[in-house]
Amino acid sequence: MLAHAIFFYFFSFVAIISAIMVTVSKNTVHSVFFLILDFISISCLFIMIGAEFLGMIMLIVYVGAVAVLFLFVVMMLNVAQQKNQWFKSSDTSTHIPIGLIVSLIIFFELIIVIGGWKYKPDIIENFSNNLISNSTNTHTIGSVLYTEYIHLFQISGMILLVAMIGAIVLTFRKREGVKRQNYFSQISREKNQGVELVEVKSNEGVKIDV
Amino acid sequence: MEYINLLFSEIYKILYVLIPVLVSVAMIVWLDRRIWAFVQKRRGPNVVGPFGLFQTLADALKYIFKEIIIPASSNKIIFILAPIVTMTLALIAWAVIPFSEDYVLADINVGILYIFAISSLGVYGIIMGGWASNSKYPFLGSIRSAAQMVSYEVSIGVIIINVLLCVGSLNLSDIVLAQEKIWFVIPLFPMFVIFFISSLAETNRPPFDLPEAEAELVAGYQTEYSGMMYAMFWLGEYANILLMCALGSILFLGGWLAPMDTPLFEMVPPPAWLILKILFLFVLFALIKAIVPRYRYDQLMRLGWKVFLPFSLIWVVLTSGYLLYFDLLPVY
Repeated sequence: MLAHAIFFYFFSFVAIISAIMVTVSKNTVHSVFFLILDFISISCLFIMIGAEFLGMIMLIVYVGAVAVLFLFVVMMLNVAQQKNQWFKSSDTSTHIPIGLIVSLIIFFELIIVIGGWKYKPDIIENFSNNLISNSTNTHTIGSVLYTEYIHLFQISGMILLVAMIGAIVLTFRKREGVKRQNYFSQISREKNQGVELVEVKSNEGVKIDV
Repeated sequence: MEYINLLFSEIYKILYVLIPVLVSVAMIVWLDRRIWAFVQKRRGPNVVGPFGLFQTLADALKYIFKEIIIPASSNKIIFILAPIVTMTLALIAWAVIPFSEDYVLADINVGILYIFAISSLGVYGIIMGGWASNSKYPFLGSIRSAAQMVSYEVSIGVIIINVLLCVGSLNLSDIVLAQEKIWFVIPLFPMFVIFFISSLAETNRPPFDLPEAEAELVAGYQTEYSGMMYAMFWLGEYANILLMCALGSILFLGGWLAPMDTPLFEMVPPPAWLILKILFLFVLFALIKAIVPRYRYDQLMRLGWKVFLPFSLIWVVLTSGYLLYFDLLPVY
């Protein structure tokens, strides 16, 4: 158990320190890298309590996709150097107090939600009946998610779909006067359409570009 | 004392997998250059050692003794971290590859998810290298490669779902054992083709080597790297290619299983079959490098999002419908 405890404290220490560094570090790109480190150590903690599926999904979704997009945005916008100093009287920016208020509200909301946490009433019985001792937690999550919670699962999928369509609609624009390539016409081009053999008479030449 | 013993036995086991992987990476670079040369009617590396086998070792020695140049305006910590991340991620994924039924370092329940997660982290080495170099070509190369790797991961994920539908487990050994009757390459042949092409794009191999397109971007994200750090990028790249070949042979070509149950084939030890299949896939990789011209960037994106993703999604529906109709779904 000693090794387990050491690893637990190591990962939680790294997670907390990197979470603090996300907000403290001046370089925005460094912030994103600390955020990634935070995600990774959290997923290591997930794996340590035996929730290997959640840990891996955390890695794939957050680190593999979401954080890459964060990094993209931060790099493309070129906001690498942050000007704001923390609590320095000369140029304290106005959005630090607002940020603190918002984060406090979210924190209390989380506490209220977690304090009043309830499972679906009949899930505990069904769940403990179905729980076979040798099934992995991936199987167990699947058997609960696709039976008891199927409607919530479908609804969340729908919400994501709507969000995706919204994002596409917002960024989609038809530009005029841009030469576009039509792949089908490119592929379906034949030799007799592209090349023409012409007998050239001397001193007369040929007319091209008819 | 007990812990120390455990630690040493674990390290011994890790080295037992790691050193063969590193040696085979060196050999595979030689094989790659050799095949490339044969297709183009050249000789290829044939001077150092028998058939030029030690060429890669000589190259590595050269890289070790070269000076490491760190650009003055680069972000030094991330610049140094990038090749380390690439190589580490390429090597730790080998922990879950089963070489035979009982010769696997970590037989974890979510092996395929682990490999998928690690390969999705692989993009960070490239982004970090490109950004930290603080130079235009590496930055363009790294942005291209990040977009490319993220897009093709999606289709690889959907293809893996196809295989998992037929297996019913995320464990790599279970995936291989599920193919005892028939290798998945036969029922899921279109998925195998798409997986192969996507893994070319995922590992930045030609014809999808846009991150390091020599003609436009010098060497992409590796432009500012030199000496040992360049060698680490390159080692990581080839270790990743081998890993993708191993994943392809485990998912579709039956891993360590022999093609038939004849006594002659049973004499061959199971890991040898896996190595043979990896080599077969790698020879295909190398041939494609030699014979196919590079894709244009918009064509690459179109292929990933508009062709492969819808096709493999449709195939998921078809596979699950087939399994459901004929009552073949694996039960757990």
